[in-house]
Amino acid sequence: MSSVETELAMSMKQIADWALNTVTQRGAGYADVRIVDHRQRALATKNGKVGHAGSAETLGIGVRVLVNDAWGFASTDDLSREAVDKTAAQAVEIAKASARVKEEPVRLAPEPAVKIEWASHYKIDPFTTSIEQNFDLLRRIDAELLAVKGVTLAESNMQLGRCEQWFYNTDGSDIHQTRVITGAGFSALAFQGTEIMKRSYPNSFGGQHQNRGYELVDELKLVENARRIGEQAVALHKAERCPEGKMTLVLDSSQLGLQIHESIGHPIELDRVLGYEANFAGTSFLTLEKLRKLRYGSDIVNVVADATEQHGPGLGTFAYDDEGVQAQCTPIITNGLFTGYISSRETAHTIGENRSNGTMRAEGWNRIPLVRMTNISILPGEKPLTFEQLIAGTDDGIFMQTNRSWSIDDKRYNFQFGCEIGWEIKGGKLGRMFKNPSYSGITTEFWNSMDAICSRDQWTLWGTPNCGKGQPMQTMGTGHGASPARFRNVKIGSAYKGN
Amino acid sequence: MLDKNQAEKIFEKIKKFSSVDELEVIFSSTDFSLTRFANNTIHQNVAEVNEAASIRVAFDGKTARATTNRFDDESLKRAVQSAESIARVQEPDPDLLPMASAEEGKGSEAPSRWFDQTAAITPADRAEGVGKIVAVAKKNKLVTAGIFSSSQSAEAVVNSKGLSVYYRQTSAEVSITMLAENSSGWQKANSPDVNNISPVRLAETAAQKARDSHRPQELPPGKYTVILEPAAVLDLVGFMFWDFGGLAILDQRSFLNNRIGTKLFGENVTIVDDVAHPLQSNAPFDGEGVRRRRVSLVERGVIRNLVYARGTAEKMRKSEYKDKVGEIAATGHGFPLPNEMGEAPTNIVFITPGGEQTVEQMIAGTERGILITRLWYIREVDPYEKILTGMTRDGTFLVEGGKVRHGLLNFRFNQSLIEMLSNVVAMGKAVRASGEEAFDMVVPAMKIRGFNFTEVTKF
Repeated sequence: MSSVETELAMSMKQIADWALNTVTQRGAGYADVRIVDHRQRALATKNGKVGHAGSAETLGIGVRVLVNDAWGFASTDDLSREAVDKTAAQAVEIAKASARVKEEPVRLAPEPAVKIEWASHYKIDPFTTSIEQNFDLLRRIDAELLAVKGVTLAESNMQLGRCEQWFYNTDGSDIHQTRVITGAGFSALAFQGTEIMKRSYPNSFGGQHQNRGYELVDELKLVENARRIGEQAVALHKAERCPEGKMTLVLDSSQLGLQIHESIGHPIELDRVLGYEANFAGTSFLTLEKLRKLRYGSDIVNVVADATEQHGPGLGTFAYDDEGVQAQCTPIITNGLFTGYISSRETAHTIGENRSNGTMRAEGWNRIPLVRMTNISILPGEKPLTFEQLIAGTDDGIFMQTNRSWSIDDKRYNFQFGCEIGWEIKGGKLGRMFKNPSYSGITTEFWNSMDAICSRDQWTLWGTPNCGKGQPMQTMGTGHGASPARFRNVKIGSAYKGN
Repeated sequence: MLDKNQAEKIFEKIKKFSSVDELEVIFSSTDFSLTRFANNTIHQNVAEVNEAASIRVAFDGKTARATTNRFDDESLKRAVQSAESIARVQEPDPDLLPMASAEEGKGSEAPSRWFDQTAAITPADRAEGVGKIVAVAKKNKLVTAGIFSSSQSAEAVVNSKGLSVYYRQTSAEVSITMLAENSSGWQKANSPDVNNISPVRLAETAAQKARDSHRPQELPPGKYTVILEPAAVLDLVGFMFWDFGGLAILDQRSFLNNRIGTKLFGENVTIVDDVAHPLQSNAPFDGEGVRRRRVSLVERGVIRNLVYARGTAEKMRKSEYKDKVGEIAATGHGFPLPNEMGEAPTNIVFITPGGEQTVEQMIAGTERGILITRLWYIREVDPYEKILTGMTRDGTFLVEGGKVRHGLLNFRFNQSLIEMLSNVVAMGKAVRASGEEAFDMVVPAMKIRGFNFTEVTKF
């Protein structure tokens, strides 16, 4: 560490000590403190002109305490001694109020104290790139899109972020982590007659997002793909509507990533299973007796919750979670069998575990950590299988790309997804383009119908930047690795049924 | 809580750090607390104090914004420099207007929405309220989950042209889910005045819904008459108001493209945007500090007007659509600049045509239909026909022979909003309602013919 960094770390430690001393004196059995400094640059263009141009920074402290076996949390943007002491005392008072309405005491799984420094890897610090350079790229993308006759709206965006967090707890942990996050993408809209068609690249939700530097933006080849995507948006107007019926479905890796997010990632959250989210995000069909008994998918479905660096630079990659538990890789589905939930120190004991598997994450200093998806990824097929080979091995079906709409019930069982574009598969080849493709199903039936998945060379670790959960609502970035995969006997086209 | 004088003083400090032509600062200040419960236990209980200054600079047709929650000199100076550096590299935008004048912010009045009793709510008060909700759950042999929140917040916009507007309000909210073995019920309410919320009454209604939907039965998907309670109505209709901004038309991303002036909904649908309505909430000015005006959006099913930020109104006057979009004027609905979305009406009030029916009367007048408490995970399937998909949740019932018969397994719907608002056969009294998918509104319960359910789930 440089002398400036050492001084900063010391001052953060001092601020945290004010809070920890205050809550300990007031009777806290356990407490942790997170000081978070989050900086962001967000730029967007629309039809070649500035759409959004801004930077934001937020710094503050959150104090979480256990008093009388009940939780309290208070946070403030004021890091003065007086404000921190007041906030810490407030957290204790809140916990005492919580203790008035409780059935069972909170039981925390033990966790060893740790002292560590960690930073995500990047080649190009995104904040060293010039704003001029950023805007120039976005304008060039828009120009390519608008060069296509029929594109009525071209939008490009870029988000660059740096999140630095200092974590301390009464067990003695001292964890300093810094993540650099980069995201970029674009979309083209084409309005004609009575239809608005859309194509996005490389994904919807603002494109691709990872814990990486500006090198990600360079690798996405945004300008190079803009013309093709614009042409597809326009061509969709002349395409036939996707047929209805039970068919073979091939999904691209980005749509499969969202399918994982909604129909595996959320139902395995142990807090949902235990009813903590029943009023808002919902519960889960994955009740506790299903662990290691439910056939979640076919034999080739292998899913992990992996927050370690070895998995890749996903939005769910870190060294330690937000209650000081080391990042881990947990098998979620093993050869089709349901084998694991994602948990916290508070919930681990409910599934007979004596340690959290480290998935507690908070949106910022002013929010408590919740059980959140890390990188929930389907492992690629072991045998070599390219996308072309997958299509060549499919006689009849539909290939769908890029999410347009997504919806799933509050137990995560019945889902319906719409995609931006579909393609007919006939005799092992891609044929006609289809507009408005959609599919629906029941989670376990769908995953049990998977009979092929492409290999590692087709696997992408996608970033979903906008996962909402909790009250007050928290938005979190999650990672989802996936290769294109094939599903049999899927209900296609139900979104337009009756309309 | 930041007051107007403090905001203006901080603005003067920020001004010293800037050398550009125009400066605007949006101040936000919040003191928010939320007690969350599940399994009849308070399991999360949080509080937040935060203030932020969002600084916009403008010069030579360029503009950018930087936001910070640190008010020390160094942080404010860094934010100003950041905004200036982001603006400096831009191409000049000939459409960028000068900042709003003091005159444009004047008249930004709304009923007082500050209640000392709401501001004074303590963690112990919220715990007491939750304790009463849990008592209702236990009395009914149910398990409950939900929230009780309270807050005070303030917002101000100050700019270098002398505009200075300020607004503060309090808010309290209670949301309750009651869970039985195979059914559930839900209720939610909020108000600036905590005295308008009765946690026990909400808990009892939610408990009754959970009891009444016990052992839900399966009904095949298809088109049914539905009775949507206000929260279900608002979560659906909320998806269309983003298209009522002028910029959405200019961008050709609105379902109102080529439809303004046409009769799109039934004769009984009239909608205004009115921040001053006694059941409404939020600041009476927009992201530039311009006062919000009452705008008539839909009159007897005909799309009449859009809302506009200042810049969008200017663009619309010069556009090919200028004679087809009704009145064009800056209505005070703009988002903070610069942005891609332009504006939207967010203070929606449905004006019911008379002959309102209570939900009970709607049930009594229904031979066969479905009563819906709440909807979930609604998403847009088709942006021009406004087809929405989503699920029912927490209280779905079969109505037969004018009576609620039993609970139903939950449905997935794929329903065009245009068709839905053309098939409203009865309305209730418009009330302040709150859901989870859209912002709060003043909406009635609605009885709708031919609502399109496409699938049924297994619970």
